[in-house]
Amino acid sequence: MLGFLKRPVVVKADINLNVVVLTAVALLSRLWQLAYPRAVVFDEVYYGQYISFYMKRIFFLDGSGPPFGHMLLALGGYLGGFDGNFLWNRIGAEYSSNVPVWSLRLLPALTGALLVPMAYQILLELGFSHCAATGAALLMLIENALITQSRLMLLESVLIFFNLLAVLSYLKFSNSQKQRPFSLSWWFWLTLTGVACSCAVGVKYVGVCTYLLVLTVASVHAWHLIGDRTLSHVRVLCHLLARAAALLVIPALMYLLFFYVHLILVYRSGPHDQIMSSAFQASLEGGLARITQGQPLEVAYGSQVTLKNVFGKPVPCWLHSHQSTYPMIYENGRGSSHQQQVTCYPFKDVNNWWIVKDPGRHQLVVSNPPRPVRHGDVVQLVHGMTTRFLNTPRVRRPAPGTASTSLRPALLSVAEWRCPHSVDCRPSDPTSCGLFPRGVVIGRVRNSLHWTVWFSRHDVAAPLSPHSQEVSCYVDYNISMPSQNLWRLDIVNRESDTEVWKTILSEVRLVHVNTSAVLKLSGAHLPDWGFRQLEVVGEKLSRGYHESMVWNVEEHRYGKSQEQKERELELHSPAQMDVSRNLSFMARFLELQWRMLTVRSDDSEHKYSSSPLDWVTLDTSIAYWLHPRTSAQIHLLGNAVIWASAGLATLVYALLFLWYLLRRRRGIHDLPEDSWLRWALAGALCAGGWAVNYVPFFMMEKTLFLYHYLPALAFQILLLPAVLEHLGDRLCRSPLLRSLFSGLVVAWYSCACHVFNTLRPLTYGDKSLSPSELKALRWKDSWDILIRKH
Amino acid sequence: MLCATSRLLAARTATALPAQPRGRGPGARCRRRELHFPGHPELPLGDFLAGRLPRSSVSAGRRAILRRGRMPPAVRGGPAGVELRPRRGRCGPQVTRAVGPDVAAEPTARSPKRPARGSRRFEAAGRWALLALVTLLAFATRFHRLDEPPHICWDETHFGKMGSYYINRTFFFDVHPPLGKMLIGLAGYLSGYDGTFLFQKPGDKYEHHNYMGMRGFCAFLGSLLVPFAYLTVLELSKSLPAALLTAALLTFDTGCLTLSQYILLDPILMFFIMAAMLSMVKYNSCADRPFSAPWWFWLSLTGINLAGALGVKFVGLFIILQVGWNTISDLWHLFGDLSLSVVTVGKHLTARILCLIVLPLTLYTATYAVHFMVLNKSGPGDGFFSSAFQARLSGNNLHNASIPEHLAYGSVITVKNVRMAMGYLHSHRHLYPEGIGARQQQVTTYLHKDYNNLWIIKKHNTNADPLDPSFPVEFVRHGDIIRLEHKETSRNLHSHYHEAPLTRKHYQVTGYGINGTGDSNDFWRIEVVNRKFGNRIKVLRSRIRLIHLVTGCVLGSSGKVLPKWGWEQLEVTCTPYLKETLNSIWNVEDHINPKLPNISLDVLQPTFPEILLESHMGNNGLKPKDNEFTSKPWHWPINYQGLRFSGINDTDFRVYLLGNPVVWWLNLLSIALYLLLGSIIAVAMQRGACLPAEVEGLSQVLLQGGGQLLLGWMLHYFPFFLMGRILYFHHYFPAMLFSSMLTGILWDTLLRLCAWSLASSSLARGIYAVGLLSLLLGTAYSFYLFHPLAYGMVGPLAQDPRSPMAGLRWLESWDF
Repeated sequence: MLGFLKRPVVVKADINLNVVVLTAVALLSRLWQLAYPRAVVFDEVYYGQYISFYMKRIFFLDGSGPPFGHMLLALGGYLGGFDGNFLWNRIGAEYSSNVPVWSLRLLPALTGALLVPMAYQILLELGFSHCAATGAALLMLIENALITQSRLMLLESVLIFFNLLAVLSYLKFSNSQKQRPFSLSWWFWLTLTGVACSCAVGVKYVGVCTYLLVLTVASVHAWHLIGDRTLSHVRVLCHLLARAAALLVIPALMYLLFFYVHLILVYRSGPHDQIMSSAFQASLEGGLARITQGQPLEVAYGSQVTLKNVFGKPVPCWLHSHQSTYPMIYENGRGSSHQQQVTCYPFKDVNNWWIVKDPGRHQLVVSNPPRPVRHGDVVQLVHGMTTRFLNTPRVRRPAPGTASTSLRPALLSVAEWRCPHSVDCRPSDPTSCGLFPRGVVIGRVRNSLHWTVWFSRHDVAAPLSPHSQEVSCYVDYNISMPSQNLWRLDIVNRESDTEVWKTILSEVRLVHVNTSAVLKLSGAHLPDWGFRQLEVVGEKLSRGYHESMVWNVEEHRYGKSQEQKERELELHSPAQMDVSRNLSFMARFLELQWRMLTVRSDDSEHKYSSSPLDWVTLDTSIAYWLHPRTSAQIHLLGNAVIWASAGLATLVYALLFLWYLLRRRRGIHDLPEDSWLRWALAGALCAGGWAVNYVPFFMMEKTLFLYHYLPALAFQILLLPAVLEHLGDRLCRSPLLRSLFSGLVVAWYSCACHVFNTLRPLTYGDKSLSPSELKALRWKDSWDILIRKH
Repeated sequence: MLCATSRLLAARTATALPAQPRGRGPGARCRRRELHFPGHPELPLGDFLAGRLPRSSVSAGRRAILRRGRMPPAVRGGPAGVELRPRRGRCGPQVTRAVGPDVAAEPTARSPKRPARGSRRFEAAGRWALLALVTLLAFATRFHRLDEPPHICWDETHFGKMGSYYINRTFFFDVHPPLGKMLIGLAGYLSGYDGTFLFQKPGDKYEHHNYMGMRGFCAFLGSLLVPFAYLTVLELSKSLPAALLTAALLTFDTGCLTLSQYILLDPILMFFIMAAMLSMVKYNSCADRPFSAPWWFWLSLTGINLAGALGVKFVGLFIILQVGWNTISDLWHLFGDLSLSVVTVGKHLTARILCLIVLPLTLYTATYAVHFMVLNKSGPGDGFFSSAFQARLSGNNLHNASIPEHLAYGSVITVKNVRMAMGYLHSHRHLYPEGIGARQQQVTTYLHKDYNNLWIIKKHNTNADPLDPSFPVEFVRHGDIIRLEHKETSRNLHSHYHEAPLTRKHYQVTGYGINGTGDSNDFWRIEVVNRKFGNRIKVLRSRIRLIHLVTGCVLGSSGKVLPKWGWEQLEVTCTPYLKETLNSIWNVEDHINPKLPNISLDVLQPTFPEILLESHMGNNGLKPKDNEFTSKPWHWPINYQGLRFSGINDTDFRVYLLGNPVVWWLNLLSIALYLLLGSIIAVAMQRGACLPAEVEGLSQVLLQGGGQLLLGWMLHYFPFFLMGRILYFHHYFPAMLFSSMLTGILWDTLLRLCAWSLASSSLARGIYAVGLLSLLLGTAYSFYLFHPLAYGMVGPLAQDPRSPMAGLRWLESWDF
């Protein structure tokens, strides 16, 4: 009964003291004086503002990467009890006491420290010796750039951590594949691979490169699996399905999860709202939601609305009109309709209000019950403040030589012109007015000095986009110029053909009935006469769907007053309140993701920006921070010995690989099969990891910095001991050579240590060096080490 | 592979032998159902449509066998060996011959039903006739109504104009390499066009000018695409119907047709691409007889066509990549063939280097040599090129000019930015407007020669007139502190800590001071880059930088266009980032100093390699045409939106570049089907499934021939996603050619597989024929529907229900 007591309870543990010691030293090197420059260092100014947004739960949009990385940093702030109250406005600003610097920087530092034992494990899993593994860890440990980057509130070390984690767990998985497929640890490492990949992508988009690399290696392995005839079809299928689930489905779900959490966290409206659609803004607390609450959903005849352009480029704006008219003659000699300007205005304004009118009736109020406007209905749009109709002139080609004095409805655009006293203009003698070579005077309108000129143009082109029609608000000049103010409503995202026009949700095109021109934001800024607002045109030949032609109702209320005066009052009053409308998560995710990918930062120059070619040779550096008084400074600089030898190792690897490959092709097998496979896998993951994290930068147009190279460098460092061990094994046959080789390696490593130690003041920024010492550190002219002039 | 060879056996036995060595090879274990229909030699000519050559479809695999010099057991000694041999070395230009006398001879010996020699000749003639028919049809469609419309359409305004420049020998600048435009010019010249037409804007009438020569030349090259595609597919698939289907797709595609009918670079480019593809495929099929005459012929022809493709447009690079990939994999196979000595492999390598690298490069350089030789008069392109280059052009003010060689104080100079299309340092009597930096005189760069480009170089600390004869001449040296005074307005080049008008991170550059008296912000340090010519500053050749003394920034042009207030000239800034870019490097062009002796500029003329290098620098960043909707690459394969070649209104003669939607959507479907089918087959083979002989053969064609075409399509399509420049619909057409060829092979294979899976041979043949005919007829009918797009339409637009095209506007985005 008490049999189990017969045997003692024994716990056996293998502790690799190498790893423990290395981890401890790594933690020490990364965490030592972590809170030290108690000031904003370089890009902390950038990430910090997002952390503040998270703390205050305010919505923001950052095009540089998915939200997971920001959220991790914010987690540090949350644990440290940060309230988000800090103005992140300049590098070097002192942190106020409410900013928990240590906990904000803790997470990047921890992940940076963990790179060391992970490098050890990866080399081990690749089949190299403990010696090589220790070497990789030691190199990771003394790389100055990695230390600098992980000691600050930046995302690179987190990204590298997940990259390496993905590779490590894939290696663990593929090693357990040989022994026990479908065992618990097999599943664990497979799933972890997928999770780590999605985390890497979630931190920065560049993580995609490593993800693709892992996917490629996995699919090559899977392809071999398919060719394995000892496995049954069902088993192969199971293998494939398990991999697809772990490496495709899980990352996709994780990615969605990041956004889900992000959108839950930031639910308040904030400064970046304007970039998003009205529907999205309405889903945020405060902001637009406060205005649009309680708006009637369905637009009816008599509704007062503001129309927002969906495209929103160059800036989000609303359809607008004001008292001023188009100038009679543009600078280039073209004529206009001289009617009231219609523009797109990027600010909220009472002149953005329009009234939807039924062409058949005169009422400008909503009847009881309201008659909703549906897809395909013809409406008139009346500008609320001036009560003029939205109009685009339909003009026919004039008969040749139309210099007629008669008022023909087929005529052209109209403009008022005050005749100079000195010129005798007679209706019967149109050519006497030399001012307008193409103008024909056809009639006296108000008084003797007031003439109307019909231009013998066959088109009224928009002011800046002559290929499109002008859009104006119709001014009745007392002549029988027909107004053409009927617009057909085309709901783009309709589900049925009788769909009702809905506030915010419906995206509509307004098609001019007479000309089938579509109301469109051209994106050009009008000159001074148009107050630099944006031009709105009628696009005659609409080439398919484009967002610049689509508008949605943002603010909406039912009009109540028929009289102009009352209506003006009504328009000035704020809209009423009620409930908010919610978008589904997927719709919000898709919109947010799309905007993040398309939002552009315009400036592409920075003092410390560099090109990818500078990185390999370490021809560039970044000054991160300078002590306000002394010349203590933090400078992103790599360990030159490691960079050079890692680059060399990559080259040696590539040449050796090519050499072996060619010789194998000729039937000469230098390496036994399994060590060749190991050698190839090490190259695929380490050299491949370096390549995929480096080469894409050549194709990027954004501003690039030295720290973009660090993920590639981490992979390159892993390759270095692998190549050294291989060289040692292949070249050094005799014990003498072997000891000589080890001696060389040790000498080289101490050299790297020495460089690390020399650059340490710039890495930690803890020691103020004298100008001469700083000058001595400037090994390359392109290193921009800051020297204080006293 | 063994299964495949046994398929050959099967095909053979089907033709002649009732019972032969079926059971011998390992392939015999496979399930086998022979196809009886496809035109093996017994079939009368009428079965051509359904016919295919007895294919040695495993060509690549078999090539490997042949190279290794051993044959699989099933073949060795068997009658199939006879069938293998005749294919050796057969690589003449005509496919018709590829059927081979031996293949046809075999049945004639065995089947006494038919007159042997007659049927063979009959068949060969039939194949010739088919090729002739395809070619004829292509020519007929391309040349039909070639003269309409008799006005400039779309980009004819550029390329026709450039053709005229060649005829008039005036220098111009264009982003594309010169070969295509040179050919257009040559065609115009030969057909009697005198180069006097202005080609001002689309819609201008040609009137009495002879434009048909140039259009005819393009149409000729455009027509040749069809037979080229036909022959390529025939070579890859050994199946006549597949080739015929491809030819039909291309002949009846309105897009290809439209693009071939005008004076454009695209037909020329596509011609070279297809010719390179064809000669590459031909040379692949010669691989079993290396270093023979045809082998050399096709190899060097490939090289020549590559040079042609690259010489017309830089997108010719994609076909070079494709050929390169093919060559590398070919060499890889040769290298792995242990029966070949390393020396032989070395010879192979050398041959390819000679024909595919050295030859094209030589030709490409030669086109540039001709280009610069022909264009020796000054023209609109002068300002784009360096000052030294302009001295070559007669009519340019630097031609045969003589100016002082070294820069001295007191000289009047013009300063030109080294970067292409940046212009001269310029200033004028207008101030920066209110709110944009300091309200001082504007400094810009200006592309044209103007007296406002003149500056006087002075010492920073004296205002004495250095031209006073009593002073000795003093040369400007590297590192001197100077002052540049604008000659017209007597203001100094000046910079200060105000942000530049457009590039906010740079400092503003202004003209400041009165009569040359300013402040210390007018001082610049002049530096010579590289100092190839010593410390003095050499006119035209020295590359100089101007560094502002106070702020330490470098004078440069950002290349951005200023708004109206700046007369749309380019912005000049002083950049604090001391990076070496061409934007901040200048050279001295005009140089007037009466105290110095003049030298002839001819000694400063650049050498040809320098010119070649210069014309390849700084091509990027040029602005596209305004007022044009540009399209996105994903629009293209789905035929989302066309391009308006001519006419907008209902009274105009309208031509609209749009692919035949039936063809294009079929192509799209085919790519998807191909990927599906290809991966199924690949997985099946990897799993070691033993495919029946017929399927094995078909799948080899699909994977190898189709794979090459798919690669071609991808190479000509996907890189556009990475391109930052403005893209247009017509960029897709080279890719479209590849995808049409893929469609031909895919549907042929697919129908054969369908037919094969239905047991009965007569039914199978019926299905196959019906399927193929319906594809052919469907394409032809759709062409009948859509032909007005290419041949022109007048009348109401398609939105109008009265228009004959009203029902054909299948996508709302088509506006014809």
